Amino acid sequence: MAGDSLGMTAAAGLVMLPLAGAIAAFLSPRRAVTAIALAVTFATAALAAMVVAVLVEHGPVRLPVGAWGAPLGIELRADGLAVLMIAVTAAVMSGVALYSSGYLGRGGDRPERYWPIYFFLWCGLNALFLTNDIFSAYVALEIVSLAAVALVALGGRAAPLIAGLRYLLVALVGSLTYLLGVALLYGATGTLDFDLIAQRLTPGVAPRLALALMTVGLFAKAAFFPLHGWLPPAHASAPAPASALLSALVVKAGFYLMLRLWFEPFETIGRPEALRTLIGLCGAGAVLWGSMLAIAQRRIKPLLAYSTVAQLGYLLQLFPLAGVPLAWGGTLVIAVSHALAKAAMFLSAGLVIQALGHDRLDDIRGAAHTIPMTVFAFGLAGLSLVGLPPSGGFVGKWLLMAAALESARWYWAIVPIGGGLLASIYVFGVLARAFLGPAVSEPFSPVARSAEIAALTLAIASVLFGPFAWAIVQVFVPSATGGGGI
Amino acid sequence: MTLPGQAMVYMLVGAGLFALGMRALFLREAALMKIIAANIAATGAFLFLVTIAPRVPGGSADPVAQAMVLTGIVISLAMTAYALALLRRVFQETGETILQPDDES
Repeated sequence: MAGDSLGMTAAAGLVMLPLAGAIAAFLSPRRAVTAIALAVTFATAALAAMVVAVLVEHGPVRLPVGAWGAPLGIELRADGLAVLMIAVTAAVMSGVALYSSGYLGRGGDRPERYWPIYFFLWCGLNALFLTNDIFSAYVALEIVSLAAVALVALGGRAAPLIAGLRYLLVALVGSLTYLLGVALLYGATGTLDFDLIAQRLTPGVAPRLALALMTVGLFAKAAFFPLHGWLPPAHASAPAPASALLSALVVKAGFYLMLRLWFEPFETIGRPEALRTLIGLCGAGAVLWGSMLAIAQRRIKPLLAYSTVAQLGYLLQLFPLAGVPLAWGGTLVIAVSHALAKAAMFLSAGLVIQALGHDRLDDIRGAAHTIPMTVFAFGLAGLSLVGLPPSGGFVGKWLLMAAALESARWYWAIVPIGGGLLASIYVFGVLARAFLGPAVSEPFSPVARSAEIAALTLAIASVLFGPFAWAIVQVFVPSATGGGGI
Repeated sequence: MTLPGQAMVYMLVGAGLFALGMRALFLREAALMKIIAANIAATGAFLFLVTIAPRVPGGSADPVAQAMVLTGIVISLAMTAYALALLRRVFQETGETILQPDDES
């Protein structure tokens, strides 16, 4: 039981420590804020590592908050899927923190405004991953959305403010629609606990309507096609470290909740094949539409934002293929490698802007000579986006294709293959321009070495994740490599 | 799930308010109208939640549903305040209160 109580304390700390960090960063003087932020970041990352260790040794842990268990109280549960998300979040957060410490404060950004929001976001994400209660999940989603909107609006000029307000309104639509679904479920079952709902739910009109409402709400929150319209302006106009957090983590939060709902309480109710096929088609539409618009972009950050729309489409391929364990493994591997790769690419794009003063594709000729490490990081992470071996993106797409073929629905394999081809056009479009031509003669500003190292580390992680992806998923979610469900 | 007639009326009113709010949120152009519409939709969702909750034996109202709605109201208040603050800054920067799709990209 020692492991249990250790795991429970660490799990509660994963929510409390970032919250305390947010308040500390808000109250601390400007000089000290970065040092405090880095200390809290690494302490929280250490807690995440502890939760991983407890999961590996003792299995899933449950924490009845305040010693009140379900059905009266709210329970936290640190099972494999939750801990996997917590670990990825900690990795991306740590990389982004290191980057931000070197990046912020050079171009008029205000570090003391950034750090409190950064920690609020982390607090909300961890709370969402850990909660076992559909209403607490709503509260956590709102914390995540509020922090995400603030990250978008940090730039403070017209474009980020408008993008932020539009994002906030879409987020409100999403959360209210989700809340209506919560109301229907509570009316039908009288409980908010995921497991109790699963036990008490009987097929009927109300649960179906609840599933539809919650799915639409989370589609809006996660920017799944066709509800993705708010994402590109929001992710493109945020400061680079904020864009990295938004594209790597925030959109995955909505997806995580969708996984929980569809494959735990709604496992039997969401069976109709037509419904799952429809979601899969939305994913295919996302890959096609997002990739084409990414190819059409003339600046790096909007290009990366549309690429996020496309990459999210792969995650939806799980729904039509959910019966096949390989599809589970593939989806989780893609989610993790996209988080690492896209964070690295947005961080690199930020360094390009800092060095050259802009991110216009036509004017980055020779950037590989002036900021070689940054361009190298962008290229490495691009491998994962395109899905070239041995990157994580390659393994994930391979598993998805194998799942499609194994279940004799080969047409679903078109999506990862076609998406990889389209991604190669926009990724190599950036790289070709960066490598071609002589070094730019325009003056360029030096960039922080720590920021370059952070971007490169995340990029290397997205590639190195590939060979170990199968083993890692097996540790966290054994059923994703050999049995149905979560 | 059998509901007394009165609760059924409130439930339908809640669902109706939610639908009206959502409709206005999509159709209205002025950002302030959109924010108000979101509040109407939220109120509808709260009314729906409070009335759909199963009654405690003995007929008194379910405290869990009321606690949820209270939490929801607090969140809605924070969201509204933040949306208004953002809108004020947008107005200061652009002189507009209609959100034009930005042509930056």
